[in-house]
Amino acid sequence: MSIIRIDTDILIIGGGAAGCFAAVEIHKKSPDSKVVIMEKAHIERSGCLAMGLNAINAYIHSGQTPESYVSYVEKQFVGIIRKDLVYGIAQGLNEAVRDVEKMGLPIDRNDDGTYKKRGKRSIRIFGERLKPLLAEAVQKTPAQILNRVVATNFIYDGERVCGAFGYGVRNSTFYVVRAKAVIVATGGASGIYKPNNPGVARHLMWYCPWNVGTGYAMGIRIGAEMTSFENRFIALRVKDVHAPTGTIAVGAHSKQINARGEDYLERYYKHIGGNKCLTQHRLLATIEETKAGRGPCYLDTTTLSESDERRLKEDFLNMNPQIVLLWAGKGMNPRNKPVEIHGTEPFVVGGHCQAGYWIDKERNTTVKGLYAAGEVAGGAPKKYVSGSWVEARIATATALEDIKDVSLGDIDDSIIQIEKNRVLSPLNKKSGVSPLEMRERLQKIMDEYAGGISMNYVIHEERLLEARRLLKCLKERIKDMTAVNNYNLVEALECVDRIDVARVLVEHLIYRKETRWSCYQPRLDYPEKKDERWLVFVNSIYNPDTDEIKMVERPLCQ
Amino acid sequence: MSIFIDENICNGCKGLAEARCERICPGDLCYRKENMKAAIRDQSACWTCAACVKECPVQAIELRLPFQACSNGASLKARLKHDKTIWTVWYADGHQEEFIIQAKCLKGDR
Ligand SMILES: Cc1cc2nc3c(=O)[nH]c(=O)nc-3n(C[C@H](O)[C@H](O)[C@H](O)COP(=O)(O)OP(=O)(O)OC[C@H]3O[C@@H](n4cnc5c(N)ncnc54)[C@H](O)[C@@H]3O)c2cc1C
Ligand code: SF4
Ligand code: SF4
Repeated sequence: MSIIRIDTDILIIGGGAAGCFAAVEIHKKSPDSKVVIMEKAHIERSGCLAMGLNAINAYIHSGQTPESYVSYVEKQFVGIIRKDLVYGIAQGLNEAVRDVEKMGLPIDRNDDGTYKKRGKRSIRIFGERLKPLLAEAVQKTPAQILNRVVATNFIYDGERVCGAFGYGVRNSTFYVVRAKAVIVATGGASGIYKPNNPGVARHLMWYCPWNVGTGYAMGIRIGAEMTSFENRFIALRVKDVHAPTGTIAVGAHSKQINARGEDYLERYYKHIGGNKCLTQHRLLATIEETKAGRGPCYLDTTTLSESDERRLKEDFLNMNPQIVLLWAGKGMNPRNKPVEIHGTEPFVVGGHCQAGYWIDKERNTTVKGLYAAGEVAGGAPKKYVSGSWVEARIATATALEDIKDVSLGDIDDSIIQIEKNRVLSPLNKKSGVSPLEMRERLQKIMDEYAGGISMNYVIHEERLLEARRLLKCLKERIKDMTAVNNYNLVEALECVDRIDVARVLVEHLIYRKETRWSCYQPRLDYPEKKDERWLVFVNSIYNPDTDEIKMVERPLCQ
Repeated sequence: MSIFIDENICNGCKGLAEARCERICPGDLCYRKENMKAAIRDQSACWTCAACVKECPVQAIELRLPFQACSNGASLKARLKHDKTIWTVWYADGHQEEFIIQAKCLKGDR
């Protein structure tokens, strides 16, 4: 097994929305700085943006302000958000979108040249090639791109992050990248819970199946502080293919109806504006209707005109081609039959909800030398793609400023050997637990004891304590994992990372003894929201020496 | 099934160290067999993202849905032409629909 050593000024881990934007940004600000991107897949089609996007969900239209954006997000998250972070994002949204438009992204415009409004805070784009366009912009810079290199751990000397280890799946090579600053941008985590579809359709899911929370896990393992994992994200999506419903509800103004054709959001939420209720209410009411025997629930697409229908299909081809295939397979068009919707399994994400690294306004994590941007960064929900770009911009400015008087750290050979042995050990075993078995066991535990789909997402202390116990046992079996080839080895490493994320998630779910987000974190034993006690952030710090997760509280205002 | 690769159409991206579908798949699922034809290593790991479908220069790859999700034989192909992406959808009854969608602004329009 050969080792490749690379030295750089800034290492970006994850070449997705935030990672690619960060590389371009560094080149603009400091053309002489050396940049390396370590990417698990290929930056042309990796991460959440692989299929494309049809909207930019965070944008400030005229009449709106960064302040109004912050109040909107605060209301959606029932009082708990990092206003400082969200405000900084809101201030930069429009400029970031303009920058990406200049890279070649087609955006729908009015005759007067302004962007066409899709929803109150979104615009319609033709983003099928958004990811290749971002990649093209990166390829114009001298950044060194390490495609198909999976980051496995940070290089950490106990005080500062001084790079990262990675495994190259194409050349079976171990990478040791030393850097003066590391920006983590690996996205959120899927595959923690049992997914909606079993077996052969298991990856027909909403979130990117290869964003498994490695960036979180790497931070957890060096004791970086994490926030709000209990604010899980459960999405209301098109049944079976899990395409986003916003394209239909916002883009085509379709209403949610139950099996009897009733507009049930009006019934549940008349007092707060019916269809203008919070995002989580749209899902909550759908679950309640189904429990009450009035499901399945749908988005009523039967009122669309023929041209609306074609436009809807075009929008989906730009983002989720599967749904067009679903209609074709059923031999139907959305105008003939409403589109069935349901809830997904829970995900851990910082872009729709707010699980992630605890950061300051400058995107410093709690560990020196490490900065976070995009879904992996916590405290700022509803940042979506454009907010991820803004965070990347802020993080690069901070990192560039910081490295002025930093030199590369020395790395002890023994540390390299330890990590190499850890990473490769599944390949050296003949029998044991396969990655598939490990993943299914984890997903079953989380589904049944930590509020997955089969439990209607509800949680309570006794079951969570059982989840804690079972996860600890599962972690002990990691040493028995086997892999037969590189692809399989990556699956094994993904299991290790998911287990670390799941354990932290369970501690967060146990700790918050109230129900703050009625759909994302419904506690049967503490069904009320308690502002006097719980208007705080629940944070965690893992201690690798004792294998304990310490919970801490942080005040709302930072 | 999630993608279907037509071996009669696939030319194996001869001359390239890595086949185009192999290079692009976000989940590292496509590879070339010994006969230089593309294959998918695990249908159950496919996200049906269509990246490989768009990337194949000879349209050898079709997107299909797993039988479980949709029991009928519909399929989807795509072709990139300059600034446009051209999609063809085959319905279960054999009729087809085409979509030509702008995917990129050329230099002059930016
Ligand atoms: C299906 C879907 C539709 C969406 N639609 C919209 C929309 O219409 N509008 C909108 O505004 N937002 C939308 N979003 C949200 C948006 O895509 C995300 O908020 C955004 O992509 C987050 O950027 P990121 O850089 O944090 O993550 P990503 O863009 O996912 O990038 C993460 C990158 O890290 C890489 N990576 C992961 N692990 C490792 C590792 N161990 N080593 C190296 N690299 C690694 C991944 O391969 C990936 O390239 C959508 C998301 C999804 C999943
Ligand atoms: S890209 Fe197309 S032609 Fe090339 S190997 Fe893949 S399927 Fe075959
Ligand atoms: S559709 Fe996407 S996930 Fe499936 S094989 Fe092709 S590129 Fe890979």
